[in-house]
Parts: sequence; structure tokens; C-alpha cells
Amino acid sequence: MTTTTNPASETDRIEKRITLRAAPSRVWQAISSSREFGTWFEAEFREEFAPGATVHGRITHKGFEHLTMELQIERMEPERLFSFRWHPFAIEPDVDYSAESTTLVEIRLEPAQGGTELIVSESGFDRIPASRRAKAFEMNAKGWAEQLRNIERHVAGA
Amino acid sequence: MLQGRSVAASLRKGAPVFAALGDETRLRIVARLSSDGPLSIARITDGEAVTRQAITKHLNVLSSAGLVHGVRRGRERLWELKPAPLDDARRYLDLVSARWDRALARLKVLVED
Repeated sequence: MTTTTNPASETDRIEKRITLRAAPSRVWQAISSSREFGTWFEAEFREEFAPGATVHGRITHKGFEHLTMELQIERMEPERLFSFRWHPFAIEPDVDYSAESTTLVEIRLEPAQGGTELIVSESGFDRIPASRRAKAFEMNAKGWAEQLRNIERHVAGA
Repeated sequence: MLQGRSVAASLRKGAPVFAALGDETRLRIVARLSSDGPLSIARITDGEAVTRQAITKHLNVLSSAGLVHGVRRGRERLWELKPAPLDDARRYLDLVSARWDRALARLKVLVED
């Protein structure tokens, strides 16, 4: 997998590429079915995805199960493009994120030798408030501290 | 999931941080500064089974790794988690990037199974 950034603004956009050994139709199903999407994006969606729909998923990532993520689906072009907007790291239950800028996630598929090339980009980070970024770091640091404690407990055999 | 060179680079960059956090006392200090905010050495030492000198050494290790810094408040010197890296937009993207790496790794397992 490679990461590239847009030279116009180094901090606004991220892009990742990965080659999957599966046909575009299979990859499209894993992205466009809300149930399958949830298994790798770590959320349980009750609604189906549709262009223009706003869907909610209960986060299944350990430690964050009390939270819900909201995706505003934009485009769904079978086996080509899936895009949505959301609030990245919206992890404080008491904060109303609705007034804040969203980032745009675009997942593109291209047929490749032996499978599918998947390109995901997320952009709009420059408009995310600095305080929100700081909170994301803090949560991440706490996550790390918790992981280290788990490792410590594990190696101590407790 | 990252390419070899960038993995090596990010590990090298992170090594002092991992080393600094790879100690029970230092990890506890970080956790306390995270939950209680800036604290004096006396407050940090309170509750710990080691001497103030030992705590000072631990704080110096954390400080060299860029995790904490000392600030003067009146006559007191307080230690706090360093906010500088938290404001760094580039590092924020590293978090986002790592999250996508994990998600795409799970997607890969799902579709290639």
C-alpha cells in the first residue's frame, strides 16, 4: 500500500492504494453492501447504502462501542466509485459535530492484473478544527497507553 | 501495509517514544498527566513508590522523547504533556493514514478469502 499527498496542500488530503486479489464485482459488494462495509470499517449499519442517504452505524471497534458514526452517502457508481462525507474521529459522545466541516472519502475501483486496484482518498482535513485534531491525538495516545497496559498484563501473565 | 522504507522511517521516528513509554512508571506518569493535567514533581512523586530523584530521571527521559515538558507557574515548575505534536496537522494525517491501513487490511482479508 502506498500513501501519497496532494502537493497543493500537504495536510488536506490523503490517498492510499491497494491491489486486491478479487474481482471488481466482489470488491464492489464489500463496499456497497452496508453489512459487508461494516465488517471492515468496524460499524454495524441497519440501513442500506444509497446515493444521497444518511446512514448510521454503531461502532464495533473495542472501547468505542457506545458511539455511532454517520455517513452521508454521495455517489455510488457500481464497480467504479463510492463516496461519502463524515466527521473523522467523531469520538466525543457529548459533542455536536453537525456544525463542523466533514471530510470527503472517495473509494475508486479499477480493474487490475489478477484483481482490483482500490484507491481511497480522504480530503478536507484543513477545515477540521485544530481542537478536534488535538482530541484525536489524545484519544489515540490513550489507545496506545491502553494497548501497552494490555501487553504488560499479557506478558506478566496476569 | 506500508512500504518497507517508510515503515523503517516511521519506526525510527517513533523509537524514542516507544522506549520512553516502555516503562511502567513512565507510562503511569503519562497517564496521570493526561488525566490530571500539569503536575509538580512533588505531586507526581506522591503515589509512586520511588524517590523524587528517580521521578526526575523518568521525566527527563519523557522530555527527551518530546512527550512532556516543564513549565514554570509562579514559583513552581509543572510538568505537562507536550501540546506541540498535538497541533501538528501532519501527524494528524498519520493517524488517519494508520486507520485506513487497518481498515484496508481487513477489507483485503474479506474479499480475498
